[in-house]
Amino acid sequence: MTNPSSVQVLDSPLEQPSGSPGNWRKYLSFSTDHKVIGIQYIVTSFVFFLVGGIFAMIIRGELITPEADLLDRTVYNAMFTLHGTVMLFLWTFPVLAGLANYLVPLMIGAQDMAFPRLNAAAFWMVPVFGVVLMASFLAPGGPAQAGWWSYPPVSLQNPTGALVNGQFLWLLAVALSGISSIMGAINFVTTIFRMRSPGMTWFRMPVFVWTVLSAQIIQLFGLPALTAGAVMLLFDLTVGTSFFNSATGGDPVLFQHFFWFYSHPAVYVIILPIFGIFSELFPVYARKPLFGYKVVAISSLIIVALSAVVWVHHMFASGTPGWMRMLFMLSTMLISVPTGIKVFAWVATIWGGKLRLTSAMLFALGGLTMFVFAGITGIMLAAVPIDIHVNNTYFVVGHFHYVIYGATVMGVYAAIYHWFPKMTGRMYNEGLGRLHFVLTFLGTNMNFFPMHPLGLQGMPRRVASYDPEFAFWNVVASLGAFLLGMSTLPFLLNMIGSWIQGEKAPKNPWRAIGLEWLLSSPPMVENFEELPQVIAEPYGYGKSEPLVSNPDALEEVHEPH
Amino acid sequence: MNPTELDTTLRSGTQTAVAVAPEHDAEGNSMFGFVIFLLSESVIFLSFFAGYIVYKTTTPQWLPTGVTGLEVVEPTINTVVLVSSSFVIIGAERCLHRRNLWGFRTLWLLTSLMGSYFLYGQAVEWRGLPFGFTDGVFGGTFYLLTGFHGLHVLTGVLLQMVMLGRSFIPGNYDNGEFGAAATSLFWHFVDVIWIILFVLIYIWQ
Repeated sequence: MTNPSSVQVLDSPLEQPSGSPGNWRKYLSFSTDHKVIGIQYIVTSFVFFLVGGIFAMIIRGELITPEADLLDRTVYNAMFTLHGTVMLFLWTFPVLAGLANYLVPLMIGAQDMAFPRLNAAAFWMVPVFGVVLMASFLAPGGPAQAGWWSYPPVSLQNPTGALVNGQFLWLLAVALSGISSIMGAINFVTTIFRMRSPGMTWFRMPVFVWTVLSAQIIQLFGLPALTAGAVMLLFDLTVGTSFFNSATGGDPVLFQHFFWFYSHPAVYVIILPIFGIFSELFPVYARKPLFGYKVVAISSLIIVALSAVVWVHHMFASGTPGWMRMLFMLSTMLISVPTGIKVFAWVATIWGGKLRLTSAMLFALGGLTMFVFAGITGIMLAAVPIDIHVNNTYFVVGHFHYVIYGATVMGVYAAIYHWFPKMTGRMYNEGLGRLHFVLTFLGTNMNFFPMHPLGLQGMPRRVASYDPEFAFWNVVASLGAFLLGMSTLPFLLNMIGSWIQGEKAPKNPWRAIGLEWLLSSPPMVENFEELPQVIAEPYGYGKSEPLVSNPDALEEVHEPH
Repeated sequence: MNPTELDTTLRSGTQTAVAVAPEHDAEGNSMFGFVIFLLSESVIFLSFFAGYIVYKTTTPQWLPTGVTGLEVVEPTINTVVLVSSSFVIIGAERCLHRRNLWGFRTLWLLTSLMGSYFLYGQAVEWRGLPFGFTDGVFGGTFYLLTGFHGLHVLTGVLLQMVMLGRSFIPGNYDNGEFGAAATSLFWHFVDVIWIILFVLIYIWQ
């Protein structure tokens, strides 16, 4: 009566449920449990979120007065470069990888990811390249100063002449990040294609899984282009080749193509899982099925396809020929169609629903609102004449911070609150959660709204000093930034406090429909004793039909003893 | 381990045995993942190729002074050797399917010898060239493309060595032939990339 899997269970039966705080040491180990890795990703990236936030507050501290009086200009350059790099490569990508890692196997009814060891290796590269990037403070000349996009010729300057300089370490960190992301992407795509439980057809997958799949496909075709550009830039910087060095016949604009061919789609790598989170949360807290499920699911793939043909809109001011500008303006505006479909679907889902304004729902609603605002400025920026006018001003900075803070960070918070009981087996404190929401919502708008009028008035980005006429809005933005810094305190207090001594969470505190909610909180190692037999589409709110045919067989029964 | 825990242990053990053992096709997953990896890897080459085409068509002075072009004869011989090795490795795989292990090992070794000859030929070519990596975008792209591809050939040869060694482990193929199949697929990939590269660099001068 034994088989290999039962032997495995006998070997490691004493492991506690993976979210329990009692054995925190496993979070410091090379665990291959996707749930442990998911939480490792989330916690590590949140630490870097705080680091990137400190950089942001230093930047805003400099900008609270028109004069460059707080920092040396080179340090200011390093601050905005590292702020962008940390927030993208060490916060948004890894935190979303963490959520996907935790949720995808549970949502599709798998016991783990397809390649558990590869998964662990991909995670452990995150702290490694984080340290490499932070080590650039010790490099001669300090950290990279060329901005997160590292355009040549600025990124090719090496005034100290040292081989290991800030830009070198930056490129190394980005390359390691790319390898980690590719390893993750291969794992996610294989898992979603091949590890779904019986009955989990494509159109029974939750939208979050669709969006993770879409985002990871972008990583697979986009990241290699950035890698190619980064390798060439590294050779230019270290051995003196002339790929991007116009002085020796190179083509600096080619680097921009390589960079944006990945780094524009990278925005969709970030926002697509957030769309997935919105699509999961609104039905739960509005008690209605997701409006237009199939269309929402397919829209993600349409966004993937379009994302590959919009990158030149970042280069309207880079000597781009007119026909190319028109073409990319059109393709960029087309993106608003599948995105708009999703927004309408969410609004229709909420419409007339029985809303429960938990912290998770508040963050989801706030995130959606911010996203619509960002979408409107996005359409403005897609138009060539406006883009040329506001190119390199704070208008652009305001736009993408509404996407990345307003929509993405709020969406991540929503997801953390929503799945916190599942991950830890504890309930969070709703009062602190709401305080966190209010501070975040106010802070986001105070910080990033003023950037729009500043940009329209012509304040350039990436400068440590500015004309005193811009002072008013800059003071407001800086106060907003400090408020955002404060907003993390109730969150941290809530998360740590609730994890240690929160009320015990039941299996399904939100009465949500989904495979993960059929399991104990937190689920056991390997999730399912018996794979779920899925018999219904997701989001069956108000239908009272079962999701699986074997709900009682999914876990072993814990008899009281 | 206290008695209660032991009790739970035993119970969970029997429970699993009763439940349907969830089996997934690990070998199929690995192959699927490997194919995705190769597709992704091919985009790096495509990016380099795109860069090469842009440089070739827009650079005012393409060839460095004193360079008239590339010699084609030896690279052609090299190409023939590398492309033929793709067929030899198919033969090796067929032998493995029939569990003709010595036939497999012979053809497999022949493949890696042909791959090594290719690397040797490229090293000889590099040594005889009148331009270096830093001689304009021509030199840069030439060494970047051939070097990056050569790195893949080297990886392929090393993988072949590992697989050859593993073929002597008893029962190595009881759980399928993923290692050999993936190495072989990688080799075909390296070959196809070379054909495009050869056309771009040597034929289109």
